[in-house]
Amino acid sequence: MGGKNKTVRYSAKKRNEAWWGYLMVFPTILGLIVLNIIPIFQTIYQSFFKTGDFGKGNIFIGLENYIDLIHDSSVWQAVWNTIRYTLVEVPISIVIALLLAVLLNRKMKCRVAFRTIYFLPMIAAPAAVAMVWRWLYNSQFGLLNHILGIFGLGPVNWISDPKIAIYSVAVVGIWSVIGYNMVLFLAGLQEIPKDYYEAARIDGANAVQQFFSVTIPLLSPTLFFVLVTRLIAALQVFDVIYMMMDLSNPALEETQSLVYLFYNYSFIEGNKGYGSTIVILLLMIIMVITLFQNYLEKKWVHYN
Amino acid sequence: MSKRKATNVLVIVVLSIGAIVMLVPFIWMVLTAFKSVTEATQVNPFVIFPSKWLLDGFKSAITKMDIPQLYWNTVWMIVGRVVFAVLTATMAGYAFARLEFKGKKFLFSLVIFQMMIPTQIFIIPQYLMINALGAQNTIFALIFPGLVTAFGTFLMRQNFINLPKELEESARLDGCNIGQTFLFIMLPLAKSGMVALGIFTALFAFKDLMWPLVVNTNQATMPLASALAKLQGTFSSDYPELMAASLLACIPMIVIYLIFQKQFVEGIATSGGKL
Repeated sequence: MGGKNKTVRYSAKKRNEAWWGYLMVFPTILGLIVLNIIPIFQTIYQSFFKTGDFGKGNIFIGLENYIDLIHDSSVWQAVWNTIRYTLVEVPISIVIALLLAVLLNRKMKCRVAFRTIYFLPMIAAPAAVAMVWRWLYNSQFGLLNHILGIFGLGPVNWISDPKIAIYSVAVVGIWSVIGYNMVLFLAGLQEIPKDYYEAARIDGANAVQQFFSVTIPLLSPTLFFVLVTRLIAALQVFDVIYMMMDLSNPALEETQSLVYLFYNYSFIEGNKGYGSTIVILLLMIIMVITLFQNYLEKKWVHYN
Repeated sequence: MSKRKATNVLVIVVLSIGAIVMLVPFIWMVLTAFKSVTEATQVNPFVIFPSKWLLDGFKSAITKMDIPQLYWNTVWMIVGRVVFAVLTATMAGYAFARLEFKGKKFLFSLVIFQMMIPTQIFIIPQYLMINALGAQNTIFALIFPGLVTAFGTFLMRQNFINLPKELEESARLDGCNIGQTFLFIMLPLAKSGMVALGIFTALFAFKDLMWPLVVNTNQATMPLASALAKLQGTFSSDYPELMAASLLACIPMIVIYLIFQKQFVEGIATSGGKL
């Protein structure tokens, strides 16, 4: 009797707990399903349609968008632009941020002031950031060309020369994100026990050797995390390019990213079908990187 | 001078040069904002400091953009997103961390799945939903994609997992039900996580550009980010005006940042580092 009673009470308690569980996750799960899960399928569905003006006249065209995409040289140029942007922005911003974090990770005056300044670009609205950089890059009146002029160089068409425009844009990306990466590295560095450096010093390792034999391996989880999140974020670059490149800019073709192209097709030209197809391509690229990352993580990262 | 001191000086010099490079765009923004158009576009001689600190740029920015309205829109967008994100994510995070129920693993896998998908995938359907609701050009439209947050749910779950179980168990023994335990015992302990999530949400809402560009095309309902983007499109040669507008768009967040500097940096470090 007693035992049976206990199981009844136990399962009532369990039921009660489950009830609370469902109640508490309900808003989030409902929201995720409506706002995110269903839209994934809608976007895939949409990619098989040709959209008329203002969403009118959705015509099923099967794989035609995908066939167009494969033959669309501007899409592949955009893929190449996105990759070039990513390959410049991510490694450089990580290396600079890591060096800054190592230098800042010590007792010294103005530590907080430096941290505040390096993080500042993260706080600024991207539209403002892009505008001021555009002004700095201005080929006639910009500060950068003026400084080059003092040394008898230039003027450089920073954002209208198709050969270099994407790198100029990447510099803005680097400047914007250094502080963010640095703060994450600082948090990671503070978790490394001081004894490891002590031990390395006793073994006669100098600062540079300590950096490679202690800091890098022990920071590898943070490094890896920052690398992956930055890669994925950089592949979605939009704001700087949208803000800095006018439609009349001769370097537009050589700088527009995949997301820029997605925005243009979906919301300027009103072709949501083709826009969806472009964003599916982006999804596939990011998926490949995610899979690759899982593989590399096992090889590189030391968790302890 | 000892070797240690010498390295310290060297480090400070290097960091200072870096800091100046980081600050140049901001300084140039301020200097340009106070110049006249002629002075800003003068090459021979090149003018660094305005000969007279003029407010013309600010004046014309204010006539072209209804700045108080834009601040208002931005504030409501941020408040809305932060309230919804913190509320829904804290509840769900707690349930995923501490409660047992059927299908929990599957439901949590939806959360993880969402975090792996680039957000642009959701934009067209979300835009069509806002259209169907007739809610374009409203503050609700700005908040809409942020009503719930997979990332925030994940973050809050981590937060609750790291809290000790003892308090909770003793509260339950004292006769609190699960709701009361969550509200009165666990919520106060999760405050730092909630603050981190709030800051993260606020910052990213403030910086979001594509979604407001898409849903709110009427300037009266735009947040600062997209209004600024539109301003550039219309009047792209008056640099003092553009810099003044940029400055006005950045100042409130910078002031908040300078006051809550510690919470900002720690909030970003914990939330960013826990993904």
